[in-house]
Amino acid sequence: MNSTALTWFARHEIRLAWREWLAMMTAGRRGRKRVAIIGLLILAALMHLPAYAVIGRYADLRTPLDKSELIVITATILLAWALMLSQAIESVTRVFYARADLDLIMSSPVRLAEVFSVRLAAIALSVTVMALLLSTPFIDVLVFGGGFRWLAAYGVVTAIGLTAAAVAIAVTITLFRLIGPSRTRLVAQILAAIIGAGFVIALQVAAILSYGTLSRFAILTSDAAAAFAPDADSLVWWPARAVLGDGEALLLLLAFGLLLLGAVMAIFSARFADTAARASANAAPANHGSRARAFRSGSRQQALRWKEFMLLRRDPWLVSQSLMQLLYLVPPALMLWRSFSDSSVAIVLITPVVVMAAGQLAGGLGWLSISGEDAPDLVATAPLPSSRVIRAKIEVVLIAIGVLFAPLVMALVFASPLQAVVTAVGVAVAAASATAIQLWFRVQARRSQFRRRQTSSRLATFAEAFSSIGWAATAALALAIPSAALVSGLVTAGLLAATWKISPRRE
Amino acid sequence: MKPDQSALQVRGLTKRFDRLAVDALDLTIHRGEFYALLGPNGAGKTTTLRMVAGLLRPDAGSVSVLGIDALNDPVAAKQIMAWVSDEPMIYDKLTPLEYLEFVAGLWGIEPSVAEPSARDLLASLGLEPNLHERCEGFSKGMRQKVALAGALVHDPRLIILDEPLTGLDAVSARHVKGLLGERVRAGCTVIMTTHILEVAERMADRIGVIASGRLVAEGTLAELRQQNGKNDTSLEDMFIALVDTEAAAA
Repeated sequence: MNSTALTWFARHEIRLAWREWLAMMTAGRRGRKRVAIIGLLILAALMHLPAYAVIGRYADLRTPLDKSELIVITATILLAWALMLSQAIESVTRVFYARADLDLIMSSPVRLAEVFSVRLAAIALSVTVMALLLSTPFIDVLVFGGGFRWLAAYGVVTAIGLTAAAVAIAVTITLFRLIGPSRTRLVAQILAAIIGAGFVIALQVAAILSYGTLSRFAILTSDAAAAFAPDADSLVWWPARAVLGDGEALLLLLAFGLLLLGAVMAIFSARFADTAARASANAAPANHGSRARAFRSGSRQQALRWKEFMLLRRDPWLVSQSLMQLLYLVPPALMLWRSFSDSSVAIVLITPVVVMAAGQLAGGLGWLSISGEDAPDLVATAPLPSSRVIRAKIEVVLIAIGVLFAPLVMALVFASPLQAVVTAVGVAVAAASATAIQLWFRVQARRSQFRRRQTSSRLATFAEAFSSIGWAATAALALAIPSAALVSGLVTAGLLAATWKISPRRE
Repeated sequence: MKPDQSALQVRGLTKRFDRLAVDALDLTIHRGEFYALLGPNGAGKTTTLRMVAGLLRPDAGSVSVLGIDALNDPVAAKQIMAWVSDEPMIYDKLTPLEYLEFVAGLWGIEPSVAEPSARDLLASLGLEPNLHERCEGFSKGMRQKVALAGALVHDPRLIILDEPLTGLDAVSARHVKGLLGERVRAGCTVIMTTHILEVAERMADRIGVIASGRLVAEGTLAELRQQNGKNDTSLEDMFIALVDTEAAAA
């Protein structure tokens, strides 16, 4: 393949990536391109406000930095890298399983190693561009507040984007080799979820164990962390120095990113073809269900509930998502455990975290159960009214949330019965609200389209997020300032009422 | 014919989307009959059958299934009907046996009756080795067979199939045709759309040809030949002539 053909293939890859992204932003609807772009620009502009609130005060930072400052900046870069790695693993896995053009490419008269090098580079490019877009409001705030030297942060984002893509490619292809294509999909999804959340949770766990607080900064700015940290001239701090405008550190970081990606491409592009072929030939594993078991007796709704539970239990997204939610619950659970021996007031923080997690999980479960129906014709032609079908599906969501969150609430009873009651009510209301939103905005879709659920109705997505946040805040305020909880609860209920009013399924 | 003598009686069935899809259609299908509904793409076959199966609400008209008003009492009508679409819709994460268990549960069939029936059906469709494998790895033909077994496990009296042989290999197609033939011999009524005219020619007791949402010809093969005025013509030739005439009239 000559360089012209390679350039042409690169353009093809970029066009595909752009259209996939656009379809995700516009929920696949034509004619919404302009609306999506304007919406994104407005969102990007608005994002400068929270970015200013979070990072604005650091704009005046200059070298030399003390160890605590170096640790905080380095940890932030590490967190960004972990999130990029999570995204990149997802992208690489999707290329293996979802691209329908592998047969065409592999049967064409081209050198596969070269073509797949381009594909790997396109993955790296899309991960890096996405990271640059997301970090723009934050870097802008630093540039406006602290000067052009902060522009170097773009270079650092590019460098860590390249390394994240390189590591993701290596990890995914190695997983294919080690555990086979049938298991890689699930393991990669779980890995992506754990890596994304793991870093923050690990910091929180360390903070709770050491200082009894959920604040990640407590551990990062502690004397103990400073004592363990290497000297100021160590290589470890080069990313932090590069962010602050150290040209030499930035160039070395970029060179390292490019070198790592180049090495991964050289090593893995030849294997990519083989791996892709194995994935497409064996995309669906021959999984076995339960064997010698007699058919169950029961009502039609029981049959529906059994089916929903079975599908939820076997859903790879749900496995990874539940794992992530459970991981998020580790810090509050740890705080709870600590509070048995220590009467810390920080235990109040558990309630909003738990309520928020319940709302978010119920939203996902609600979509999978209510909208994600793979055999809609079968259910629609079954001899039972649609209201009973919907009721069975809602029951499944609420039972699942109850089972997942009951142990935490029960443990809370021993620490603070009042807080346990408030948390239980908060969990129930947040889960019911998220499920109701999914019901009002239900669409017919396949469960495998879950990734796109948030783009099919942005209104439902925002309403679901605000409802969970609102009920979490209300539950926290109910414990701290009950009168404020009344206001917060009314505002959240009002938001739900407004969502219902404008939903397409009010009738 | 009295309404209770027919398996399906459709009167003035109308549905409009952007254009008129089904145009005041009248259709009567007798009990124990194998009826093939033919028509070009977009003629209104699937829309008609989806309205009969309760998947789509008609704009006007009536549907009577074995004497039950399917529009006023859809649950009772669905209890004795089965629907199989051309795109097999099954659950990837369930095994064929689990899928049939779910369908039997939805139709309220006793497990002691449903389980042996499910096993027999899957075995007769050649799926015995795959009973406990999740459907996610199945080919389209295997999925279609699972969907068909699901439609039959509750022993329906009226089976509606929309292009059930699409994607099936010759052996699987023969399995399916054999199974449907058995059901008809046992007194069940089958309505099937197909583009494979040979299947209609060989299996159907009566054939209906639909074009632009209207029934343009109906009868046994011999009756259709008689209507066409040529006794030695094939169904394919008759079908093309009918569709061309309808297109020219439109």
